[in-house]
Amino acid sequence: MTAKVSEAEAAPVDAAGAAIVAQGITRRFGEITAVKDVSLRVQKGEVFGFLGPNGSGKTTVIKMLTGLLPLSGGAAWVDGLDVRTNGEGVRERIGYMSQKFSLYDDLTVKENLTFYGRIYELPKERLERRFDEVVELNGLGPYVDRQAGKLSGGWKQRLALGCAMLHEPKILFLDEPTAGIDPVARRQLWDLLFDLSGQGITFFVTTHYVDEAERCSHVAYIYSAKVIADGTPEALKALPEVSPAGTRRVGITAPEITRALRLVRGMEGVRSATVFGQSIHALVEERLDVEGMEKRLWQQGILVSEMRPLAPSLEDVFVELTYRRKAELEVTSA
Amino acid sequence: MLERLRYAFRGFGAVVYKEILHIRRDYRTVFFALFIPVLQMIVLGFGIDTNIRQVKTVVFDQDGRQASRELVDRLRNSDTFRIIGYVQSDQELNDVIIAAQARVGVKIPVDYSDRLLKGGTAQVLVLIDGSDSSVAGQALNVATAIGFDESLRRVLAERRALPVEMRPKLLFNPDSRSPNFFLPGLVAVLLLFFTTFLTALAIVREKEKGTLEQLFVTPVRPLGLLLGKLVPYFGIGILGLSGLLFFMVTVFRVPIHGHPLLLYALACPYLFVNLSIGLLISSKANTQPEAMQMSMMVILPTIFFSGYIFPRETMPLPFYLFSFLVPGTYFVNISRGIILRGAGIAHLWMDGVVLLTMGVALLLLAAKRFQKKVIAT
Repeated sequence: MTAKVSEAEAAPVDAAGAAIVAQGITRRFGEITAVKDVSLRVQKGEVFGFLGPNGSGKTTVIKMLTGLLPLSGGAAWVDGLDVRTNGEGVRERIGYMSQKFSLYDDLTVKENLTFYGRIYELPKERLERRFDEVVELNGLGPYVDRQAGKLSGGWKQRLALGCAMLHEPKILFLDEPTAGIDPVARRQLWDLLFDLSGQGITFFVTTHYVDEAERCSHVAYIYSAKVIADGTPEALKALPEVSPAGTRRVGITAPEITRALRLVRGMEGVRSATVFGQSIHALVEERLDVEGMEKRLWQQGILVSEMRPLAPSLEDVFVELTYRRKAELEVTSA
Repeated sequence: MLERLRYAFRGFGAVVYKEILHIRRDYRTVFFALFIPVLQMIVLGFGIDTNIRQVKTVVFDQDGRQASRELVDRLRNSDTFRIIGYVQSDQELNDVIIAAQARVGVKIPVDYSDRLLKGGTAQVLVLIDGSDSSVAGQALNVATAIGFDESLRRVLAERRALPVEMRPKLLFNPDSRSPNFFLPGLVAVLLLFFTTFLTALAIVREKEKGTLEQLFVTPVRPLGLLLGKLVPYFGIGILGLSGLLFFMVTVFRVPIHGHPLLLYALACPYLFVNLSIGLLISSKANTQPEAMQMSMMVILPTIFFSGYIFPRETMPLPFYLFSFLVPGTYFVNISRGIILRGAGIAHLWMDGVVLLTMGVALLLLAAKRFQKKVIAT
């Protein structure tokens, strides 16, 4: 234990003001590298969106940042504490809400909150005050004596959030908080997160909804153990890899969308094309004559109803970067 | 120091609070946990009788005169044999035993009375079914004893007293009642049964539901969590013990010769061991069926090696040595010691110390496994 303490480093000077700093953290399970050289920096008060497909290493990163999983390499600080040596201290200061609803179904809302209050050893008066505040904030008032198992999905999530924030943590880790709840509850939960971040709480939120990522003040995308994008949504959309020089994006709205897509993909000067709802997003070379495209579709009997220039969406960003990372992985494995 | 200790058990109070709420909500589980051992005790207590009586016996009496009829009467009066019929041939005598209609066949030869009168040796053939060793052993002993007795009577010509008489006296269980022998051991087995089970399930359920994962991201420490889980079930264990003892004393009239409080005091380390085993199981098992199977793996050795059924003294050396590792061994000894022999702390303190040591070791092992295998994966 003492050997470990001597390894502990003070947070880097530039970490001041940052809620979470990760420097090249890596985690190996035997042969498999679940997380590879991930560096992140989350400022205080940010709503940080951590995206990635299932199995990409999101949960492993959270486990490392909360001191549950030893790092195989790299270093990380949460609220200035070294997670390698002071996991307990970190867990004291953060709140965590897991993917699955994981409170006790047979306990009432009040009992669940009281249990968490006792875990964090809140003194009686403070527990009572915080209980009232959290119930008020999450609108749990009418349900305090209801068993948690009898709440609907959205209310369960609010209770889980309530339990995670009862001890007034400055940093909250939410692992897919909106999985499986209805759109209204989802919207309300995000509104609540922004309210709280306005009060100075930092959120580290994993999700695989891109529309949720759009709302975050800062986004990182992890794919196959590596972070391949990191920045504000605007900065990511402006990345040169996403919009290479000499190209632009167009949105094409047309009937018979699948046939139209096939045709568009076959045209010269079209780099890629994907369907989003009723329209096609195409990355085309700048020199390509857009009116010519419309005309050629018309010749095939497809009447384009709208053709407009398009800024890349975050989804475009992730799709593009995922292709690149895949190609990179193929090169290294070959 | 105190601060560090408090820190190691962080979350203990909160977990106890929560666990008691669970138990109150889920009183059915607890009811069954308490009821089933009592039921088992009633079934086993009434059902098992190791005293062998009324063994089915057939007689092939070729002689048929007064001396042979006297011998048959002596067999009948022994309470060990029950004459269920007579057969008329050797073949029939064999068949009846093979068909398991009788366990014992007695053949009195045609010249039995004549030989006795002449002062010669009259031979009586006793066929015993050896497929059940305890029945066979008893039949063999009693038949031989009756033969000796009959011979002595005739040799000594009835008037003189027997030169040597053995007067055995069974201590602690004068009537040689089976419940007295079985129930104190059964208490040990049943306590193991439901306490190990309940704790293992209590944690594995949390694994299944994902609530455990959530707890690990709080400052709760493994020891605080495990001990917090253990304490409420410890209470249930004490309650269960009381139920079993109550039935033992009232229904089966097995008196407790020693001090009941000492029994309770020494049951504490035993419960502690069992609960720690349950915790250890839960660090390995991920589903409730898995936990049940693993519990059985602990329960079976206790039944066989603790001395509850088979005397440990007659086990082959490796098994005998193994029996020292089985916690039940110590509590069977404690339970029989206090209930039957009226043993005091001076006789049993060593067993208590061994159990306590085992309990602490297992709890620490469980905590370590939790840290390594459950949290950091």
